[in-house]
Amino acid sequence: MNIPSNIITLVLGIALTLVSLWYGQNHGLMPIAASDEAEAIDGIFDVMMTIGTGLFLLVQGILIFCLVRFRRRKGDTQDGPPIEGNVPLEILWTAIPAVVVFLLAIYSFEVYNSMGGLDPHASHDVGLHAHHSTSTNQKNMLALDLSSKNLAYGLGLPSESQDPVNLKVKVNAMQYAWIFNYPQGSIVSGELHVPVGKTVELDMEANDVIHAFWLPEFRIKQDVIPGRVTELVFTANKVGQYPIVCAELCGAYHGGMKSVLYVQTPEDFQQWLKDNSVEESSGETQKISSAAASAESQFIVPHIKSLGLLPEPEQLDQLHSKH
Amino acid sequence: MTTPLEVSNPHQIDNPRERKWQDYFTFNTDHKVIGIQYLVTSFIFYFVGGFFAELMRTELATPASDFISPEFYNQALTLHGTIMIFLWIVPAGAGFANYLIPLMVGAEDMAFPRLNAIAFWLTPPGGILLLSSLLVGAPQAGWTSYPPLSLLTGKWGQEIWIMSLLIVGTSSILGAINFITTMLKMRAPGMDINKMPLFCWSMLAASALILLSTPALAAALILLSFDLIAGTNFFNPNGGGDPVVYQHLFWFYSHPAVYIMILPFFGAISDVIPVHSRKPIFGYRAIAYSSLAISFLGLIVWAHHMYTSGTPGWLRLFFMATTMLIAVPTGIKVFSWCATMWGGKISLNSAMLFAMGFVSSFVIGGITGVMLASLPLDIHVHDTYFVVGHFHYVLFGGSVLGLFAGFYHWFPKITGRMFNESLGRAHFILTFIGLNLTFMPMHELGLLGMNRRIALYDQQFQSLNQLCTWGAYLLAISTAPLVVGIFLALFRGEKAGDNPWNALTLEWQTSSPPPILNFNNTPIVTRGPYDYGHNPTEAESVVLTDAQSL
Repeated sequence: MNIPSNIITLVLGIALTLVSLWYGQNHGLMPIAASDEAEAIDGIFDVMMTIGTGLFLLVQGILIFCLVRFRRRKGDTQDGPPIEGNVPLEILWTAIPAVVVFLLAIYSFEVYNSMGGLDPHASHDVGLHAHHSTSTNQKNMLALDLSSKNLAYGLGLPSESQDPVNLKVKVNAMQYAWIFNYPQGSIVSGELHVPVGKTVELDMEANDVIHAFWLPEFRIKQDVIPGRVTELVFTANKVGQYPIVCAELCGAYHGGMKSVLYVQTPEDFQQWLKDNSVEESSGETQKISSAAASAESQFIVPHIKSLGLLPEPEQLDQLHSKH
Repeated sequence: MTTPLEVSNPHQIDNPRERKWQDYFTFNTDHKVIGIQYLVTSFIFYFVGGFFAELMRTELATPASDFISPEFYNQALTLHGTIMIFLWIVPAGAGFANYLIPLMVGAEDMAFPRLNAIAFWLTPPGGILLLSSLLVGAPQAGWTSYPPLSLLTGKWGQEIWIMSLLIVGTSSILGAINFITTMLKMRAPGMDINKMPLFCWSMLAASALILLSTPALAAALILLSFDLIAGTNFFNPNGGGDPVVYQHLFWFYSHPAVYIMILPFFGAISDVIPVHSRKPIFGYRAIAYSSLAISFLGLIVWAHHMYTSGTPGWLRLFFMATTMLIAVPTGIKVFSWCATMWGGKISLNSAMLFAMGFVSSFVIGGITGVMLASLPLDIHVHDTYFVVGHFHYVLFGGSVLGLFAGFYHWFPKITGRMFNESLGRAHFILTFIGLNLTFMPMHELGLLGMNRRIALYDQQFQSLNQLCTWGAYLLAISTAPLVVGIFLALFRGEKAGDNPWNALTLEWQTSSPPPILNFNNTPIVTRGPYDYGHNPTEAESVVLTDAQSL
């Protein structure tokens, strides 16, 4: 039974499309999505996986087919047909990719905007203490006068968001630790705790070299650059523990520069705040709740010392946070 | 079948075997000697760079940092990247360009032969200088050397790194000057620009990029050097400087650098596939002009390496648009190569195996490249193993496989000997399996949360990392048939003759290896370089005339 090649091509094309659609939605390559923004990013990634799988199968299929069907037979010394081009076909394979990348660019813009990528807040006067510049220096800076306003680059409040920022945490990055500063309870911690469902803003500075703050389960990342403040805003939608990973080479122990994000119920979060905050009337020195006892946390202690917060010997065994 | 003209040579200028082996170790202005010098030097550095990669992959077989110290690991990764880019792929491209361009356009030599020799002789000292940094502590800040980190670690190693890059960058610029001038001014009579082989078109595009972008790297390196040893503060925020400015200057070169690294091998593939498929290249003009388009667009995409850096949203979006756009001319090429093979008569020799492997692997790198162009996705995968997977697919799967396709294709022309096909096939199979095993799992590693440039990683990533390490060991083994094959061919290989592939471009119309002045008579070109499949009784593509009767 001789099936016409057009039909075979059609069936293969349908099969390719179905496989691509299925794999694009079921690749299982991403970790759990712990925020609405992460889900949006996974959405566009799934579309790109679909298109990529289709293109991959198409090209590999053509190569295998050529390998099998168009091999030179032994003894055949003739050339192949003198085909030099086909203008309609070339127009097609120029136009289709152009349209595809155009649509991907628009979709990407949409997602990026919904993540707060164009938020004016991410370029606002952060108003944090400037480390090293005097006001006269600032006046003579770059023509765009960026430094004097301490512009914060990063991801800000999504444009359609109605919620104000619920919690602002200052983040310090240094070789090789993350230190989090909670203004409300004057808590300094090596861990990041946030309440679920509330918008959190991180204002980040680096003390020495460039680091980067990455939350894989939230799909957000921003370089933390000495001399300027950078910002990330996110809203967690799942309670849990998520790794914080430094994502810019910062020295030999870059691989060990990690922390943990604890997304808690509002009640647990309030409890954590209370357990770890300073009681000013008693005049205690700041208790330090440090990172969980993991191999990497040994890096934190010398940095806490350099911040001028020396733990008393009795407090050393309180260096485990109370969750 | 197309029958190339038999060359009867009453005015033979000299015996091709007049070249002595000592010539290859001297300051020699013959572009063929220089081409071979570049190729041998770059192959040596391929092994050196590969050695550092094997150190890294051995360390990464386990999550803990238990094989080499984390400091040395960072030195290894810095040297691996720097060597593979500046001492393997870039000079290898220059080597092919040097060897082939005058032959392909029908000239006796390059436009500026002495400058050409100077360009080569900058490369080995640059490479040796770089390796000497190991004596004082090699640089540890990655091949990107971002300040402030590069200003704080391994100061003298870092300064040596800067010096060696300035040297090899100069070499690159001098080579490009020669390539462009020769192609534009020294083509044989009858070779209008649309009869030039596509390897030449892609070298035109690559050379334009070299000239326009390498000076920006020089600027970045010189300013970094001042910060490092002269106490200036260009990139030091403590003194009013800005580390992000370094990134802009660095990437203004280093993004075009990746096109400089792939374009020559795009060109090689465009020459290999028609010959071994016995069909004209499909869409000659599209491939020629898309090379120029890639060259132009390649200059305005650099900040896609800085999507998470100190860049405002509007700037990130602009670069996303231009980066997405560059997929279009690249896709045109991939489809054109496929269409060239389609309906042809494919000889599956080593050159063609590597050429098809190139298309197979490069398309994967291209797909992940479009993903990386998308700003929201890149925010997640920037500085992770997803990027490492992407660029190894385009650089190893692309540039290196394309390089080997060219190597096997032009080996008979350069050496006058045939390479053992079984060894070539073994080299291909081990390389192809090795590269996919090493680099495919890296995409998942990056998506799941493994950052890059780390000696210690989270336990959950170990099984995928072990796959990568096995693949890397396979890649190391794959070099064995290559090396054995080279020596076997040089000393006992079957003589190749002028044109073992029955190809139509000019380099095949002279002896293997060519005489010192390339052609016994000035070639006059009347047909295109890919005119396969025409009536066998028609005149041949090239008529060699006695120069005196012109």
